[in-house]
Amino acid sequence: MISLAGRDILHAWGKFIFTGVGLGLLIGVTLTMAGVYRGMVDDGKVLLDNSGADLWVVQKDTLGPYAESSSMPDDLWRSIRTMPGVAEAANVTYLTMQVARQSNAGDQDVRAMVVGITAGEAGAPGWPPQLVAGRQITRGHYEAVADIATGFQLDDVLKIRRNHYTVVGLTRRMVSSSGDPMVFIPLKDAQEAQFLKDNDAILMQRRRTEANPAFNRPGVPGLLDAVITSQTGNSSVNAVLVRIQPEFSQEEVAEPIRRWKRLTVYDRAQMESILVGKLIATSAKQIGMFLVILALVSAAIVAFIIYTLTMDKIREIAVLKLIGTRNRAIAGMILQQALVLGVIGFVVGKISATFAAPLFPKYVLLTPVDSVFGFFAVLAICVLSSIVAIRMALKVDPAEAIGG
Amino acid sequence: MAGKGIHIEGLSKRYGEGDTAVLALKDVNMHVAPGEVVGLIGPSGSGKSTLLKCLGAVIDPTAGRMVLGDEVIFDDAWKVRDLRALRRDKIGFVFQAPYLIPFLDVTDNVALLPMLAGMPNNEARTRALELLTALDVQHRAKAMPSQLSGGEQQRVAIARGLVNRPPVILADEPTAPLDSARAMAVIRILNDMAQRFQTAVIVVTHDEKIIPTFKRIYHIRDGITHEEAGEGRSFD
Repeated sequence: MISLAGRDILHAWGKFIFTGVGLGLLIGVTLTMAGVYRGMVDDGKVLLDNSGADLWVVQKDTLGPYAESSSMPDDLWRSIRTMPGVAEAANVTYLTMQVARQSNAGDQDVRAMVVGITAGEAGAPGWPPQLVAGRQITRGHYEAVADIATGFQLDDVLKIRRNHYTVVGLTRRMVSSSGDPMVFIPLKDAQEAQFLKDNDAILMQRRRTEANPAFNRPGVPGLLDAVITSQTGNSSVNAVLVRIQPEFSQEEVAEPIRRWKRLTVYDRAQMESILVGKLIATSAKQIGMFLVILALVSAAIVAFIIYTLTMDKIREIAVLKLIGTRNRAIAGMILQQALVLGVIGFVVGKISATFAAPLFPKYVLLTPVDSVFGFFAVLAICVLSSIVAIRMALKVDPAEAIGG
Repeated sequence: MAGKGIHIEGLSKRYGEGDTAVLALKDVNMHVAPGEVVGLIGPSGSGKSTLLKCLGAVIDPTAGRMVLGDEVIFDDAWKVRDLRALRRDKIGFVFQAPYLIPFLDVTDNVALLPMLAGMPNNEARTRALELLTALDVQHRAKAMPSQLSGGEQQRVAIARGLVNRPPVILADEPTAPLDSARAMAVIRILNDMAQRFQTAVIVVTHDEKIIPTFKRIYHIRDGITHEEAGEGRSFD
């Protein structure tokens, strides 16, 4: 038996290809939206992976340092380091801000997450685990390692708050949970960037403190200077990253820190659930809604196209029924055409999404699982969409082929 | 006795029930022998199309008896279970417009019916080509319907009606869209094929050009058929 659907498609191939391409672009948008969501999740996981930590110690009762602000003294890491099972502990600060590159052509700023890392050796918690160009930070001040997504290059001079930094290394896929590329600078510089006020604010704060009789007592020399020093100094960090010894479980190390240091400690799974379940939950729902709408629009378009194609063949269907074609052959013809349209659409959509993904400013992750799921979803949509046309075709009276 | 061909006795068809019922066919009696071509004529609304749909097993007659070949197919109720197979295997249709399937080439338009009946594709195409040759359109075997002239399309439609070698062919105004010469050619072909395949052919027509060619004519008026002898003129 010849394939009626195949012959019809070959006969009107231009119409099918053109329609399939249109549908494919819609499917491409759907796949890209799914890729945007996967990219957000992956950004979160990459952030955790690249931090090199097993535990995140943050301010008590906060979801810091990524989902909420967390501030804690920068000397706590010493006592945490002495807790049982702790192999390494390092302070870290995170601050998302505009980072400007200074050049002859003028300043160009980029949204970036500035990460303050503890002076030490590469491989310590918080440090970028690998570079694609240049070297790691070796000086205590004014050097930076930037993700290539910032567009910065080696030897570029960056301006962060009041200080200038030279880019000495470049890394890749070091991004915040919201996809902003990272710029690593020494911790002390990062603390200044995060907590240090400008000169005018410092001057006014000093005046205010001098005018306060509680701090400026004639009988207590040195009090005013001590207070001013404490006000202008910055000794806070956002978190302490902890790497544990292999023979300890995460909970065995986390529990004593919670209990004795009065801090909140998250392990990898908890931090992942915070990032995915809380930080990007609203965005994920937003994207999910878009996916649902796009799926419905795709279904409506496929249904409309198949319905129109079937309407164009009403007389032929009546003739086919009159000369003895079984209903299942006619239904099969319509179903196969819907599926072919879906396959053409999916192929076009997959190709367009693959080529379009790198053009997006944020990471778009097209996973094979999503593609397979998308393929079967498209086929399911096509099957459902063809039901209306099939029902209409099966209702066609073969008597319509006979005049009168 | 019915013998071969098609035999109809007391066929009636009522639409609706009660006060709104319309008796479209009241008492139809016909017999068309194998190899014979008869005309079925009548004014609009006389019941021609209803009779054609009853004969074509597309609608259910209300009462009567129909014998196709040696088989009683209707006797106040359908005696065959699969009307679709009955239409496919025992009845050939030729329509006013050819209604060829636009996405199949000429050969496959004709070969589709035997394929639907389960015949292997090659065998079905061979049979189709034989018919196309008999109808002198074998040179257009690979053409698409849209590439054919009106006369060629109608010949292909006749080939499709004959391909399963049905005992009866129902032709609904087959010459309506054609000029005199082509109309006569189609009637000649139907007669030739009826003779060659011993098929009974019923031609429903209004076409004054071809009515004189029939040897027998059934007039239908108000749902009742009346038989009369035709002129049986030559087709030239």
